[in-house]
Amino acid sequence: MSSTTLTERPTRSTLFDGLSRYIPVGATVVLLAAMYLGGIARYRNFDNPQLIPDLFIGNAALLIVAVGMTFVILSGGIDLSVGSVMAFSTMACAWLTVDAGLPASVAVPAVLAFGVLSGTFTGAVIHYFNVQPFIATLAGLFLYRGLTLQISDHDVSIREIDFFSWGMERVEFGDPRDGGFSLPYISFIAFAVVIVAFVVLHYTRFGRGVYAVGGSEQSALLMGLPVARTKIGVYAISGFCAALGGVVAAFYTKSANPLAGVGFELDAIAAVVVGGTLLTGGAGFVLGTVAGVMVMGLLSTIIAFQGNLSSWWARIVVGVLLLAFILLQRVLARSGEKRKG
Amino acid sequence: MSDEPIVQMTGITKDFTGVRALDGVDFTLRPGEIHAIMGENGAGKSTLIKVLTGVHSPDAGRILLDGRPVRFHSPGHAQSGGISTVYQEVNLTDNLSVAENLFAGREPRLGPFINFRAMRRRAQALLSDIGVDLNVAAPLSSYSIATQQLVAIARAVDIEAKVLILDEPTSSLDREEVAVLLRVMRTLADNGCALVFISHFLDQVYEICDRMTVLRNGRLVGEWATAELPENELIGHMLGREIEALEALERRSSAGGAAEAAPLVSAKGLGRKGAIAPFDLDIREGEVVGLAGLLGSGRTETVRLIAGADRHDSGAIEFDGRRLGGHNPRTAAARGIGFCPENRKTEGLVGELTVAENMILAMQASRGWARAIPPARRAELVAEFIAKLDIRPANGDLPVKNLSGGNQQKVLLARWLLIEPRLLILDEPTRGIDVGAKADIQRLVAELSEGGMAVLFVSAELEEVTRLSDRIAVLRDRELIDVLHQESDMTTERIVDTIVTRGGAE
Repeated sequence: MSSTTLTERPTRSTLFDGLSRYIPVGATVVLLAAMYLGGIARYRNFDNPQLIPDLFIGNAALLIVAVGMTFVILSGGIDLSVGSVMAFSTMACAWLTVDAGLPASVAVPAVLAFGVLSGTFTGAVIHYFNVQPFIATLAGLFLYRGLTLQISDHDVSIREIDFFSWGMERVEFGDPRDGGFSLPYISFIAFAVVIVAFVVLHYTRFGRGVYAVGGSEQSALLMGLPVARTKIGVYAISGFCAALGGVVAAFYTKSANPLAGVGFELDAIAAVVVGGTLLTGGAGFVLGTVAGVMVMGLLSTIIAFQGNLSSWWARIVVGVLLLAFILLQRVLARSGEKRKG
Repeated sequence: MSDEPIVQMTGITKDFTGVRALDGVDFTLRPGEIHAIMGENGAGKSTLIKVLTGVHSPDAGRILLDGRPVRFHSPGHAQSGGISTVYQEVNLTDNLSVAENLFAGREPRLGPFINFRAMRRRAQALLSDIGVDLNVAAPLSSYSIATQQLVAIARAVDIEAKVLILDEPTSSLDREEVAVLLRVMRTLADNGCALVFISHFLDQVYEICDRMTVLRNGRLVGEWATAELPENELIGHMLGREIEALEALERRSSAGGAAEAAPLVSAKGLGRKGAIAPFDLDIREGEVVGLAGLLGSGRTETVRLIAGADRHDSGAIEFDGRRLGGHNPRTAAARGIGFCPENRKTEGLVGELTVAENMILAMQASRGWARAIPPARRAELVAEFIAKLDIRPANGDLPVKNLSGGNQQKVLLARWLLIEPRLLILDEPTRGIDVGAKADIQRLVAELSEGGMAVLFVSAELEEVTRLSDRIAVLRDRELIDVLHQESDMTTERIVDTIVTRGGAE
């Protein structure tokens, strides 16, 4: 039976193909290193060992929300509701514990469960009613912001609740005067989220399904993959991450501000894209998102060190970076098409 | 070969917004056989398959699988019932690796985690079973479409398919690849799998199929064993009219007077670097000029220069005695040049718009947006051209994407005929469409040129070119090497000869 055997080597070298997937992420890492080394060369005390760990304190919530966003974007969708869901979660934590007097051990799981449910609902609307993710999650953006303001239109302090002081307790790694640093528990929550997300995306059927749906939803459907479960799942994960981001924000600020996290969804999307994930879905890495968040954090740090620049410069640079990364992705995609002929 | 059918569909009926796509169709499939479903585009082949695989649910009728009634509600559901499908367009995700595509959704696991090593090993084994050797860790996108097709088949086969449906799997494959595919199909059938094969290539159908079911206009014509149905009878059944329609269309003798007239189009030294070497070509009114040559010989590039779709960088082109400078399709249309590009989906039709809207586009553009075409006039024109070109279904309000390929091509033609061009440029107007529509289009080209229109016609099918053309320009390696105009030269042999000998002389 082996009269005709078809042997084909890839039309482009596997080496190139293997590498081209990593070019956007590689660019982010190079950028990160350049920023860090540039900072050390230019500013005194930039080599402080606490500088990098600090990125994961102020940006812990952003990292968690951006990881959730990575799932959604990989599947080819977008979630604009995360900033509002996050603010609502912080406010709900405050309301349930301060006003309703519930113990934090009830309030926090309830808030996280709410995040999953709201994401599941959004995902179901998107999938079963074939609504554009942009539109469905835009509705969530308004809905949850409104609900947050409905609970309280001013800051609510949660300093009195003992539980919320736990998150900022620090773990010391070595002596600070001797190259050591310290990290609060919220950073470890963020790391745990990253690790779980990495394992789920790369080593489980669900994770590979996310990539498949992002590559081509039509094909995934015809291949018999559980497209509905996958699409709803990514929004549930994003909802959970947004709610967890809200809890972490409660730890960090020890208060609930009804206008917290306005525009936060856009920061999260920017971090994902700067981290090398394709906005059209199907390609990217959760570790890239970590790098993306670090780039955005380091930018603010550099501007703070510079001292004479307004903080809006961070936004200007992020805007330029986003454009550069989107163009890089287009160039890579186009050269891929050309190679294929 | 067991006689107990594995699939039995009876009285299947399916309507799409007023169009009856299937009307009481029966279909029987037995284990170990390769069964072709034959019919023109729009006969209902794809719809029948989609009903069987759960993409569409039938409005009436019954499906028995292994003697038990079934109704699938998704392809995934049908797949778990043992019916797998490989489509014309490769439906895999090319951002994942070959191995991941083979096992997507059913990856071997260690606990909750995918066992990539086992998956790669099994993928390699699976592919070598059907005689394919690939680097399974490489992304699918790094392989040719043909190879991706084989991966899709390997995937379908491994899902322990009792029934494997191949919907036009060979349309993008070359000869050798087709041979591999047919061999794989036979192996599968010998192992007891029942295969459904849909293809436009009659020779492949006759080579591989045991039995065929013929559909026409959504109705069952009949079922035959391949050996009992000669090819001409099959075509007769598919068309439902005398095949002579095709043959009666004898090559017209060169329009006598036309040769003397001044040319309508005159290209002198026209060329574009990297696309086509400078060439001279005249086209007179009432004349059909065919372009013949192999794929990549510069056929499309030539017509695009004349149509103004690409800018020429040498020479000049005159139309009706006036020189065309930096013309583009818009100004060309205003002067009376209609251009139907090669790829009707991406360069021609707007799928979401209706048949009528698509037809009217060029005419509206040539009038300017401010001067709307009166609705009554519009309806009249659309009805006239639907009838003239025999567009089916004859409903101007359907979205064009719902039509079959042949009918889409006719809509595109109608668009340009509406502006009454003096030169009509057709690039591969009959590619990928069924025999009936092909005959309609060929007849139309003949009629138009008799009415005084100049036609520039590109086709990969030499027979078609020789049948229709008054003169044939032969291309090779992006160069116009000869123009054949003698009656005796208008044969496929002569064209092939020209391509071979003139090319060798260089």
